[in-house]
Amino acid sequence: MSNSLLSLSGLTKAYPGVVANDDVSFDIREGEIHALLGENGAGKSTLVKMIYGLVKPDSGTMTLRGAPYAPPEPSAARKSGVAMVFQHFSLFDALDVAENVALGMETPPPRRDLARQIREVSETYGLPLDPSRTVGTLSAGERQRVEIIRCLLQNPQLLIMDEPTSVLTPQEVEILFETLRKLKSEGTAILYISHKLEEIRALCDHATILRLGKKVATCTPSETTARAMAEMMIGSSFASPASKHLTPGDVLLRVDNLTMPAPGAFGTPLRGISFELRAGEVLGFGGVAGNGQDELLLALSGERTSPRGTIWVKGADVSRDGPVDRRAAGFLTAPEERLGHAAAPNMSLTENAVLTAGRRQKLVKNGFINWTRADRFAADVIKRFDVRTPGTHVAARALSGGNLQKFVIGREVAQDPDILVVNQPTWGVDAAAAAAIRQALLDLASKGAAILVVSQDLDELLEIADRFGALNEGRLSALRPVADLSIEEIGLMMGGAHDMEVAHVDG
Amino acid sequence: MIRLEKRPQPSKAWTVATPILAVILTMIFGGIMFGLIGTSPFEAIRTIFWDPLFDPTFAAFSRPQLLVKAGPLILIAIGLSIGFRAGIWNIGAEGQYIMGAIFGAGAGLALYPMESVLILPLMILAGALGGWAWAMIPALLKVKFGTNEILVSLMLVYVAENLLASVSSGILRNPEGMGFPGSRNLAQWSSSQNLELIPNTGMHLGVLTAFIAVILAYVLLTRHIQGFNIRLTGEAPRAAKFAGVSPARTVLFCLGLAGALAGMAGLFEVTGPAGQITIDFGSGYGFTAIIVAFLGRLHPVGILLAGLLMALTYIGGELAQLMLGVPGASIQLFQGMLLFFLLGVDVLTNYRVRFGSGEVRA
Repeated sequence: MSNSLLSLSGLTKAYPGVVANDDVSFDIREGEIHALLGENGAGKSTLVKMIYGLVKPDSGTMTLRGAPYAPPEPSAARKSGVAMVFQHFSLFDALDVAENVALGMETPPPRRDLARQIREVSETYGLPLDPSRTVGTLSAGERQRVEIIRCLLQNPQLLIMDEPTSVLTPQEVEILFETLRKLKSEGTAILYISHKLEEIRALCDHATILRLGKKVATCTPSETTARAMAEMMIGSSFASPASKHLTPGDVLLRVDNLTMPAPGAFGTPLRGISFELRAGEVLGFGGVAGNGQDELLLALSGERTSPRGTIWVKGADVSRDGPVDRRAAGFLTAPEERLGHAAAPNMSLTENAVLTAGRRQKLVKNGFINWTRADRFAADVIKRFDVRTPGTHVAARALSGGNLQKFVIGREVAQDPDILVVNQPTWGVDAAAAAAIRQALLDLASKGAAILVVSQDLDELLEIADRFGALNEGRLSALRPVADLSIEEIGLMMGGAHDMEVAHVDG
Repeated sequence: MIRLEKRPQPSKAWTVATPILAVILTMIFGGIMFGLIGTSPFEAIRTIFWDPLFDPTFAAFSRPQLLVKAGPLILIAIGLSIGFRAGIWNIGAEGQYIMGAIFGAGAGLALYPMESVLILPLMILAGALGGWAWAMIPALLKVKFGTNEILVSLMLVYVAENLLASVSSGILRNPEGMGFPGSRNLAQWSSSQNLELIPNTGMHLGVLTAFIAVILAYVLLTRHIQGFNIRLTGEAPRAAKFAGVSPARTVLFCLGLAGALAGMAGLFEVTGPAGQITIDFGSGYGFTAIIVAFLGRLHPVGILLAGLLMALTYIGGELAQLMLGVPGASIQLFQGMLLFFLLGVDVLTNYRVRFGSGEVRA
């Protein structure tokens, strides 16, 4: 237990203009679950990429079981017993599970043997998975199992997991944790990257905290409060959003039996979604990714128009209106994907401000754009939401994910909407900025706006929403006041139950 | 090892420098090509780029030709570039140019031999309408049935060429032309002639229209919301839908505008430099304008300069064929090289070239 498996010593990696890792040293012991904690941009990814052989350190050394370890490429890392499950899966939708696993192996065994191995591993570690299912039909949790099993088939000594729970329901998280604990009991070390502090407290033995590329602290998570860890992460204390609960006012947005076919082969149809959203209220929709969130957003923003009589804003039917008319009516939206959907990557922040604010902020008059006003509005958003950028002339793609997120949410909030729908408002944003965004949403609600937050971050929804609903396969659960909900009930609402049974062999 | 590293944002300096670099590379490799076919490279380059403008023997004839050739190229390329900005690939400007000439000439000839100052404006409108209508075919098919505008617009060029052959020896044939195919000479009918506005400059109404189109396109793209929406559609189609831009309307606008401008270019040509509708009226301006649009970086001012440069290679190329006896194909190859290098070095705008090995990237 106390033997050091992998020790890092003085690892440093600089990119032009930024030191991603600065003299980072720590040990991962055999059979421990070691948390790597830090804000976005703290250098977690770079550090892990060095361990996995994707990036070469500028200086510093690593030793694996006492022997020097410097993998020139990921296949060398895998041969040394280091495996990694990435946050974004690299799976082919059209192939089945066994074929996908085989693609990730250097020398795949014959298909029949591989299918048997997959079943064995899936049974041993409580990860139910049928080798012959097509990956396109799997849920996010099941896809992750494919990635994990692909790693486990190589009998790794160290398993790196990058933000594994961001796509899982609470029940799926429990299953994953059981698997990880079992691996640990067999002596496999796990390097667990996350910013979800409660998870780390429940699972991890030790934690290394990175800030701005440097190791700033180590702690034993079970003996440290989440707040203390968060403060170590950002280096200062921050304010938790203060919710001001008002009595909800008039119904501003009414969605009535919204049913729409799936937009593409792997999309989700919307099935009879109905809800009312009142002034001053924050409604939260949870659910595992791919259960109709994006499709609902497209229908609400007006990018896909729905049948007449399904979407009502302040008593007027807007179902057939496009995004421009809905914005004019005070109904604003912010989609999940920042680059390419909410913002045009190669256009400046000023131009991206015109993208949604042209009409409401009077940036366009008689068809002509007033660039001075547009620039002023963009600068205002940058200032109010603390977007870190050299100026409004910068292209959207030059901003870090979190900063662009602040800009695209800020752009909508700054327009004083009557109704605001946001999808994953704090995805990839550091803790302090996430708190600021949530506070801005709550402030907007307290001024009488109606807010719908669609998010996969349950903690976020529980923190700011008044009522909660879950999307599952395009259906919306009954809405419940957040105050009297338990995590277990939420999990059931999210419909995780359908893949909760234990592993069954041979189906 | 040479690596490409993506720039955080496009380099302003390289946006300006890449066309110049492309021209220099074309001169070098074009020079090598001329050397290989036994012509002195320096003489060839000088004949193409220098003699048309400054040689005392040729300049008097060549200089006005510069505007005559550049006018239609610029007018067509401006229309195309606006569609290209939105990711709408109209390859059929040649057909729209021919149809504009047929429609415009037809409208005028229907009134022959009436004399009125209103006839030329009417013909210009009819020319624009003809090009617009021809471009609406791929536009409507794309909007209604999702067809590929590249294929449809290109195919329609060949249809237009056949129509041209048909009308030159059919309904538009000059009744007093002793049976030869070809219409009456529109440049010699005072109501329809599109004369030089300033003598010996080549500056006719079409060239003036091209210059006005440059200015209007610049204003459209930099100041107007429609131009913004077009750029947005090209940069990020999903962001454009989110902003509320209708893809169908953008397709109709861009193809319609390009068609109308190409049609007008055809009309100005048939009433001026060409003079009549003939079987070989189609001169490839519609295709060369694609090169001009890209050479000008899809920017109105760039297209103005690119149109002049391209016209120069045309005139210089003809001069080189005449004086040095180089084959016509070598001139086309030379022009092709220009587009090739232009698109090739374009990568420098968005990427930085790094030498030496770097770390392996995910």
